Amino acid sequence: MPGVMEAKRDLIHRLQQDILQWQGYKTTSASACGKIGLGTIESAFPGGVFPKRAIHEFITVIPEDAAASDGFIAGVLASLMEDGAACVWVSTSRRLFPASLSTFNVAPERIIFIDVNTEREALWITEEALKCEGLAAVVAELNEISLIESRRLQLAVESSGVTGFILRKDGRKTASTVATARWQISPLPSVTEEGMPGLGFPRWQVDLLKVRNGNPGSYVMEWAGDRFEEIEQSRKYETLPEQEGLKFG
Amino acid sequence: MQKRFVSIWFCHLLADWQLIRRPELAAVPFVFAAADHGRKIITSVSQLAHEAGIEKGMRAADAKAICAGLEILDDKPGRPAQLLRGLGDWCIRYAPIVSIDEFGMDSLLLDVSGCTHLWGGEREYIKEIITKFKSKGYTVRLAMADTTGAAWAVSRWGKRTPLIQPGGHTEALLSLPPEALRLDDALIMKLRKLGFSQIKTFIGMPRSVLRRRFGEAFLLRLAQAIGTEEEVLTPLQPVLPFQERLSCLEPIKTRTGIEIAITKLLECMCKRLQEEGKGLRTGILTGHRIDGKMVQIAIGTSAATHSVSHLFKLFQLKIDQIKPGLGIELFILDAPKTGDVEVPQGAMWTATPGLDDQSVTQLLDRVAGKVGASAIHRYLPATRYWPERSIKGAVSLSEKPVADWSTSRPRPTELLRQPDPIEVMALIPDHPPKFFIYKGVQHQVAKADGPERIEREWWLDEGEHRDYYQVEDDKGQRYWLFRSGHYGVEKKYKWFIHGFFA
Repeated sequence: MPGVMEAKRDLIHRLQQDILQWQGYKTTSASACGKIGLGTIESAFPGGVFPKRAIHEFITVIPEDAAASDGFIAGVLASLMEDGAACVWVSTSRRLFPASLSTFNVAPERIIFIDVNTEREALWITEEALKCEGLAAVVAELNEISLIESRRLQLAVESSGVTGFILRKDGRKTASTVATARWQISPLPSVTEEGMPGLGFPRWQVDLLKVRNGNPGSYVMEWAGDRFEEIEQSRKYETLPEQEGLKFG
Repeated sequence: MQKRFVSIWFCHLLADWQLIRRPELAAVPFVFAAADHGRKIITSVSQLAHEAGIEKGMRAADAKAICAGLEILDDKPGRPAQLLRGLGDWCIRYAPIVSIDEFGMDSLLLDVSGCTHLWGGEREYIKEIITKFKSKGYTVRLAMADTTGAAWAVSRWGKRTPLIQPGGHTEALLSLPPEALRLDDALIMKLRKLGFSQIKTFIGMPRSVLRRRFGEAFLLRLAQAIGTEEEVLTPLQPVLPFQERLSCLEPIKTRTGIEIAITKLLECMCKRLQEEGKGLRTGILTGHRIDGKMVQIAIGTSAATHSVSHLFKLFQLKIDQIKPGLGIELFILDAPKTGDVEVPQGAMWTATPGLDDQSVTQLLDRVAGKVGASAIHRYLPATRYWPERSIKGAVSLSEKPVADWSTSRPRPTELLRQPDPIEVMALIPDHPPKFFIYKGVQHQVAKADGPERIEREWWLDEGEHRDYYQVEDDKGQRYWLFRSGHYGVEKKYKWFIHGFFA
C-alpha cells in the first residue's frame, strides 16, 4: 500500500509541475533559489521559493502602513543584498530615513536613492533600473500604475532577475496589475518579554492578498533584531490580554 | 608630483652637426656666417675657431684676419630650429613633453617629472643622455632642476653640479650671472651697468622697485626661474584633443540619421580612447546646420568609459533636444574631459555585485542624463545626534562611510522632512503622552519608550532641545514624537510628530 501512495504523490507532484509550466511559470535556476528567511510565507509561493525574479506589490494607504511595508521590505532586502549588491530606491515623495535601515541589517550606503518630481520619470527610472543586472532589487514608490506599465516592469525583471518592490498608495485600483505577489503589511502591537515596559520588536500583520500560482494567506511576523520570526496565531491571541492590561494599567 | 625639468644645451649645435656630416673638418677651424646689411656676420663657431678667439657676432672678414685657415660656411636661417626639432623628436624616448627653447634656439627643455626612475635615478638619467649625445657627436651640457628657468641657467652657467636637488634651485641660481635668467641684451647691459653681476645681488630686492627699473618681463623671467610663476612648455608632439568630425554629403535631419552619425563618431572616438587606456567623462556633440547655426548636446558620465553602446544610450536621451532645421551637414564630437579607465579583469563567472558594478554606473549615467544628477542620492552616516543631520549625502559612488551606522538608539523608518505639530495630553513633567491627535485622528498611547533628549547643535542654530518618545498606539501603530523644550509655566513647549516606526 505505501508504494501505491508514493507513486500517487509522485504523479501529483509531476502534474503540479506541468501545470505550473503550462501557466507560464518559469522555474528559477539553482543560483536564484534559496531561503530568504521568511519562514512559512515562502511556502505560499510556487515551489516553496520566494520569487526573486518578480514584481512584488505592496498596498500602503496610510503612512503607518507605509512605514511597516518599508520595514518589511528592508528585512527582505537584507537577505537579497547579502552578497554586497546595491539597491535602487525610486520615489517622488520619499520619507524613508536611511539611517533606520541599519536596524534591518541593510547597509544604507549601498542604497541609491533617486528622487524625482513626476510619476512618469519615476516609472521610467524603475523600468531602467529593473533591467540593470548589477542590482539586487529596486524599490519604487509609485502612486498609479496601469496594466501595461506593470507588464513592462514584469518583462524587465524576467530578463534581468532583479527583484522589484512597488509601494502603491492607491488601494482602489489594485486589480489592474500583473504583479506576482500583492502584499499588505500593517503594524500590530508589539510584545515585550514578560511584560517589560517600553516597545518590543516591530510586529506586523502580513497579508499576502494575491500570489500568482500560489496560495494567498495571512501571517504575523516580527523582526526579531536580526531576522524575521513568525508568530504563531495562537500565541498572538494569547498575548492580547496582557497588552490590554498594559494599556490601562 | 614633484616637477622636474631638464635643459639640454647644445654648446656647438651647428658646428657639431657639420662635423657629423663632414668629419674631415675636425682639424679645421670653421664658422657659419650669414649675410647681414651687405656684410657677413658670424652666427656659429666651432670649438677650434672658438679657441682661436673668434666669437659669435664678429664680421667674417675680421675673423679671417685673426685665424688664417678659417673656413667660412653659409648659414641658412631656420636651420637650428630644424635641427632642434629633429633632436627633440628623438628625445621623446626620455620624456613625453619635449620643447624647443625659443629664447636661445640652441637647447631643448624636457619635462621629466616621473621619468627618471626608469633609468635608475636622476644621475643615471643625466649620464645616459650625455653619453648618447656624445656618441652621436654632439657636445651637450645638461642640468636638472625644479623649474625650466633654473635648469636652463645651470646648464649654461652652472659650475658645480648639473643635478640640482629638489627645492635647491633658488640657492643654485644665486651665484649665477644675470644672463642666466634668459633676459634680452639691453636688460643685461643695464644690470651690468648698475653693478648687478650676480643674481643674489638683486633677488632680494622689493618687486615694485625691480618692476619700475626693469619692467614686467624681467620679473616674469625671475619668477619662472624661482618657480613662483609656472612656465608652460609647448610640446613638440602636441597632445591631440579627443575630437571626431563627420561631414555629411547630404544634410541630415532625421532621427535615424543623427543616430547613425553619433554611432560612427563614437566608434572612432572610443577606438582611440581604448588604445590610450582612457575613457570619456564629458562629451559634447555639435551639429553645424546648413543655415550656419549650431546645435549642441552634452552628456556626462560618473566614471570614465569607452563603451560605445553606453555612450550612445546617453546621447540617445538627448537627441530630442537637437533641432536639425533644414539639416545638419557637419557633426563634431568633442571629449573635453577624459579620465583613465580601470580595465576590469574579465570575469569567467559573475563578478561580485556592488556599487562599482559597471551596469550600475551605466544606469546612473542614464538617469543623470534624463532627470539630472541632482536626483541621485546616497547617504553616509554622520557622527551627529540631531536626526536631520545624522546622515550626509555621499559625494561619489566610491565614497566609503567613515563611521558605523549607529543602531543603539531607535530611529524611525520614515522621517518627516518637517516635524508636524500635534495635540497631546501628557502627564507633567516627564511622562510620555496619554494620547495625541494627529491630522484629526486621536491615538491612544498604549506603550512608550523614552525620553531620549537630543540637544540642539547650538553652534549651528538656536532653539530648544527635543525630548523624543517612541510610542505605540492601541492599534499597534508606532510613532516618534518629541516635546520641544522644557515644561514650564511661562515657557511655551510644543509637541511634534517626527516619524513613523515600522
